[in-house]
Amino acid sequence: MRYLPKSPTDREAMLKAIGARSIDDLFAPIPAEYRLNRDLKVPRQMAESEIVDWFGQRSKENGIEYTSFLGAGAYMHYRPVIIDALISRGEFLTAYTPYQAEISQGTLQAIFEFQTMICELTGMEVANASMYDGSTAAAEAAMMAVRVTGRNSVVVAKSLHPEYREVLATYAYHQGMPLASAGFTDSGRLDLKELEKAIGPDTACVLMQSPNFFGTVEDVAAVADIAHKRGALLVVSIAEAVSLGIVEPPRQADIVAMEAQSFGVPVGFGGPYCGVIATKEKFVRQMPGRLAGQTTDRNGKRGFVLTLATREQHIRREKATSNICTNQALVALMVNIFMTVYGKIGLRELAKQNLAKAAFAAEQFGKHARVLFAGAPRFNEFVVQTSEDPYVINSRLLGHKIVGGLPLKKFYPELGHAALWCCTEMTTRTAIDTAAGMLAESEAEEPRGEQAVEEVAR
Amino acid sequence: MKHPTPKATRHVNQNEGLIFEKSSPGKAAWKLPPLDVPDVDSAKLLGASERKDLGNMPEVSEIEIIRHFTRLSTWNYAIDLGMYPLGSCTMKYNPRVNEVVARLEGIANGHPYQPEKISQGALRIIKTLSDCLIEITGMEAITLQPAAGAHGELTGLLMARAYHESKGNPRKKVLIPDSAHGTNPATAAMVGYAVENLKSNARGMVEVSALEAQMNEDVAALMLTNPNTLGVFEQEIDKIAKILHAKGGLLYMDGANMNALVGKVRPGDFGVDVMHLNLHKTFSTPHGGGGPGSGPVAVKRALEQFLPTPVVITKPDGTLGFEYNRPQSVGRVRSFYGNFGMFVRALAYILANGPDGLRQTTEDAVLNANYIRKGLEGVYDLPYSTPSMHEVVFSDRVQAKKGVKTMDIAKRLIDYGFHPYTTAFPLIVPGALMIEPTESEDKTELDLFVDAMKSIAQEVEEDPQIVLDAPHSTRVSRLDETAAARKPVLRWKPA
Repeated sequence: MRYLPKSPTDREAMLKAIGARSIDDLFAPIPAEYRLNRDLKVPRQMAESEIVDWFGQRSKENGIEYTSFLGAGAYMHYRPVIIDALISRGEFLTAYTPYQAEISQGTLQAIFEFQTMICELTGMEVANASMYDGSTAAAEAAMMAVRVTGRNSVVVAKSLHPEYREVLATYAYHQGMPLASAGFTDSGRLDLKELEKAIGPDTACVLMQSPNFFGTVEDVAAVADIAHKRGALLVVSIAEAVSLGIVEPPRQADIVAMEAQSFGVPVGFGGPYCGVIATKEKFVRQMPGRLAGQTTDRNGKRGFVLTLATREQHIRREKATSNICTNQALVALMVNIFMTVYGKIGLRELAKQNLAKAAFAAEQFGKHARVLFAGAPRFNEFVVQTSEDPYVINSRLLGHKIVGGLPLKKFYPELGHAALWCCTEMTTRTAIDTAAGMLAESEAEEPRGEQAVEEVAR
Repeated sequence: MKHPTPKATRHVNQNEGLIFEKSSPGKAAWKLPPLDVPDVDSAKLLGASERKDLGNMPEVSEIEIIRHFTRLSTWNYAIDLGMYPLGSCTMKYNPRVNEVVARLEGIANGHPYQPEKISQGALRIIKTLSDCLIEITGMEAITLQPAAGAHGELTGLLMARAYHESKGNPRKKVLIPDSAHGTNPATAAMVGYAVENLKSNARGMVEVSALEAQMNEDVAALMLTNPNTLGVFEQEIDKIAKILHAKGGLLYMDGANMNALVGKVRPGDFGVDVMHLNLHKTFSTPHGGGGPGSGPVAVKRALEQFLPTPVVITKPDGTLGFEYNRPQSVGRVRSFYGNFGMFVRALAYILANGPDGLRQTTEDAVLNANYIRKGLEGVYDLPYSTPSMHEVVFSDRVQAKKGVKTMDIAKRLIDYGFHPYTTAFPLIVPGALMIEPTESEDKTELDLFVDAMKSIAQEVEEDPQIVLDAPHSTRVSRLDETAAARKPVLRWKPA
């Protein structure tokens, strides 16, 4: 086996040194009746070339050469090539959690820079070294609010990513953490009246997303006012990190739970991504996840260590702030490099291109179909309502190598024939024109009645 | 050796500052293509929500970024540089072909919501890996959704709870041996279970009579790491499983140490009901400085209905798809389908090994640990003489008499060119040195490691200060962790 660095002679010599007759001696502790005396039924050993070929085939079966208008928590942005060049360095790729600080300064300093940039972008004072993804970050942030306030329920905006809400429901179920929800108005924004009603004396936090699942930018200040007046915290989830380049960050929030995938992480069929929690300094000891902090060595030289570990499971066991151990360090490094490449000016310009593409597309689509939620600003996503089922439209688009917007029927049946469309800097005008053209065609025709529709987007 | 040579610390490579310290207005590492749609007035579109300024975000050029991160990288130790014997972390070789296939166009750029019709490649990868892992573990169904080991624990215990609830009583507590990883009790607490400690016996294994005494109808599950954190296989596993099952409890296995078992024995065969795997340990996906991981959870048929949604199914026409309609599911634990990129790498690893390679890998991992044990026995205290599987745990009892603790020995090991072992864990061994070499080390590297450890033991006898002051060869000397925690500086701020 080509990954194993021992010759049969080495193995024999080592067994002899140990005093074992054969390798079986070393497996003697396993009761004989359980030992596996056959080959595992897994595919035979393959050559590297065969492996590349096998995955090459799978890659071809996976929608290459399609133009996509999908977003909804997974965004296709350009990834500068230096990201992979740098993260492929073995010193980053094949290192573990930086427990031994003296030989992990590269990872630690990078995390410190990451934490700093996340603070700058979100308007928060501290950020952790990453969480699994945006959905678990949101759930952990809600649990953190419960710890901070000593209250136990959470009011969740219906315009929070539906899968984030599902994850929160799973986490909340066994924690005695009741969930209430607040809907959205015709502008796509959180319904403040419903919110007022939903908040009670036991509400630990309001959990909302901005830009929300429909791409609408929320009035964070207004929501914060309502939450704070009632003694609840405000947790803001951000699924589209690029928005931070041009949309005012939720500075009024107490906790920001974000998904940083947009910053240089491959869409990659849903993961690995990079969740982050950022908050105010006063809440840091209730924050889950690893933190890098600055300190000095014995000669007074600046260095970095993992710190405030007393919050964590390996010290606190069942009293820890979370069970999280492994995080998304390498993905956080991608995010870090992306933020560094675009920086202060580039991120704004990048975000502005997203804004322009989506505004143009919404305008084109709006000529033939109804673009919902016009009353509030949006970033790079918008909801289009059609007379025809979006699955039917998408089925037709797919024939032209275009993946249309995400039909919302599954998550929001009340919106009827609606779909969520996304444009990033990667979306070409040609693709927008083609999609708008086909939308126009289908909307111009009489409804064709029931058709056999292939499942084209979940 | 006491102070690093001035030359080394003055070198520019060794004094890379923070990226913010290199920033100045007008520098840029980016260039966008011209906009092919009309430009917009962002103030008009966003109104009060328009952001005007990005604060202290850096402005640097591309070469500066390359040098910055390349320099930082050289301050890290890594498997690619040498042995990384962190016990329970399974720091094995991360094959490069894994990285190549994970970056193939359709694999790296597939959108999680794209139609199933054009997702058959990704679905096939998920299905093939699932089938392989079910066979390897001897279990009957699996979810790949959990993002890491601890996340898998959470998912597994949620399913255990759902199972008991379906029988009318969720039960109250989870038994956890005192040798367990800290994630186990933290997870049990998240699922609303009280944690009851289970004492290990003098051989470092679960004391069966104690388990028998503590087991009752309030116990939902036992969370067992096997081999346990001492690297010891629980030889009375059949009795353990029987005691649990007799009272309707479930046997949860923490698969952190699965590298000792693959191809030699299957947890499903010895009575495990639910278990998680760590693809970033056993199946070679890179640790990347702390993640990403992936923590699939495999279960017996009785728990299958509780798997998180969605699950991958084969449709009547032979194509693959996701099934969401599973009323008894514990729900979703993560958005989309989990850390798909890690599935790709783990599967590439399994394909590169095949059944023979997987078995040889396990044998070599166990051989390596026992070789180190033999080499260091008598030099370091071995608190449990029970046979070792893939890792061996010594203690600093002998060296502590000279005032030298496991962490000091660990820091000195750095000077010898090795990453330290896991220190001060498991908790049942005071001053533990937990060593897991994995299969990736050749005999020469192991010999060097044993020599280094012996040499340090001798230094402790002759000149303990040299060990106490270690490391001497690194860019920074021992860092003040107390100061870092007392007054946390968690971000850079402009002067």
